[in-house]
Amino acid sequence: MTPDDIVGRLESGMTLGIGGWGSRRKPMALVRALLRSDVTDLTVVSYGGPDVGLLAAAGRIRTLVTAFTTLDSIPLEPHFRAARERGAFELVELDEAMFMQGLTAGAQRLPFLPIRAGLGSDVLRVNPNLRTVTSPYEDGEELVAVPALRMDAALVHLNRADRFGNGQYLGPDPYFDDLFCEAADTAYVSCERLVDSAELTAHAAPQTMLVSRHSVTGVTETPGGAHFTSCVPDYGRDEPFQKAYATAAADPDAWAAFRTRFLPAAGTEQDYQLAVRTWHKEQR
Amino acid sequence: MTRPTPATATTTATRAEYCVIACAEAWRDDGEILASPMGTVPSIAARLAKLTFSPELLLTDGEALLIGDVPAVGAASAVTEGWLPYRKHLTMVMGGKRHVMMGASQLDRFGNQNISCIGDWSRPRRQLLGVRGAPVNTLNNPVSYWVPRHSPRVFVEKVDMISGVGYDSAAAAGPSATRFHDLRRVVSDLGVFDFETPDHAMRLVSLHPGVTLDHIREATGFPLSVPDIDIPYTREPTPEELRLIRDVVDPQGLRDREVRHP
Repeated sequence: MTPDDIVGRLESGMTLGIGGWGSRRKPMALVRALLRSDVTDLTVVSYGGPDVGLLAAAGRIRTLVTAFTTLDSIPLEPHFRAARERGAFELVELDEAMFMQGLTAGAQRLPFLPIRAGLGSDVLRVNPNLRTVTSPYEDGEELVAVPALRMDAALVHLNRADRFGNGQYLGPDPYFDDLFCEAADTAYVSCERLVDSAELTAHAAPQTMLVSRHSVTGVTETPGGAHFTSCVPDYGRDEPFQKAYATAAADPDAWAAFRTRFLPAAGTEQDYQLAVRTWHKEQR
Repeated sequence: MTRPTPATATTTATRAEYCVIACAEAWRDDGEILASPMGTVPSIAARLAKLTFSPELLLTDGEALLIGDVPAVGAASAVTEGWLPYRKHLTMVMGGKRHVMMGASQLDRFGNQNISCIGDWSRPRRQLLGVRGAPVNTLNNPVSYWVPRHSPRVFVEKVDMISGVGYDSAAAAGPSATRFHDLRRVVSDLGVFDFETPDHAMRLVSLHPGVTLDHIREATGFPLSVPDIDIPYTREPTPEELRLIRDVVDPQGLRDREVRHP
């Protein structure tokens, strides 16, 4: 499949999970394909980074479920910030661990999982739909019942995969990509390199096999597909480009120019990668 | 490059160095738990604590590894002693084997902290990070705060969005919320504070040398609890601690970018 094939399977109004964390191993090639499509009105579930920023700037998000949105080395995501400050979408703000429980419940077909987090915080005030649950055991503790985060589709980016959908991460952190795939009705993996199954564990331990084909619907090979976020060990974050992105995002005219250059509606992922290489040559 | 004169010749600590000492003291006697520092000064402080009075502390590389050595802040670690990706990190938080020192965009007298947004949440005047892990941190493992610029904009009467849970909010939420709730101390560029008062209101513990009580009161947006004694100054670093800060943990002087006082 190509990124555009995958996005062709998505529909407006869907609940869409996006893997990675902040500005790390985000399925950016798939997000870019989404920007080229007319899919909109999305409920996005994400430990947010520039995936959220780009989709928010393009007006594709109706509801955002998140614990944060950040570029990591640049703490505040400018598009996310601007979208929130103009009331561009509905926000379901959860704590990081509440979010993890929600994904786990979604993967395990449970209606909710309990957690202590949230009690006493304004997370419960701003999400009046959240309920508490009382332990049926002797302790009788009252805990937050985090509702399952169940999704129509999930998008994740991994270092390697085979054509069956077995996906491998080679960096130090799996983030929550396996849970995203398992908590979604359909899941799509983009990868740096598509390889034969035998090659996956030829040079890496089997526990690097993060997602399994039974929880994956489609795979696409997108070298540089996490750019400009990190995809360790294949590459780190493109800090100069991220800085250019954040600078442009803070100004409407600069952002229009950035979009025209890097994210034109008629462009392809290859065009994007070429434009980035050209930009880097100019910076020298 | 000329090396600085050895620490013995210059025992005058800077404000940033007092802040490092005050933050390091937060982890004293914590035992074999993870020290999670947010920000530069707490990062230097956690490493100093491990190199001196709290050698049992666990440290991370800021990503997914527990490090077995104590490199300078910003330098690569050479020894890995464990794996701590985000999912295990969150589990460790809930298990309580961690003492985090978080930042705060707003902090009130009962220790409620805000890093989410300024103004009305439904249409914020300024969107910040989001609550991140502050709700889970504050209800599950010991928490301290580091504020590099003490001002009435940070130390407010009431925070706009409770991210980290303060003593009054935890009490109102009931026994599940208070069971493991434990706010230890607040360190700012002006002084050290705790919540050891009958109603857990923030109390001044020490002034950093060069700071006056009036200065702290002016910079605090709520009436601060001040004990009826002579307020001590934050303790002096030992010559060995100064050497470790200057030559080992922060040879690039990153601490001075976060604390801008002489």
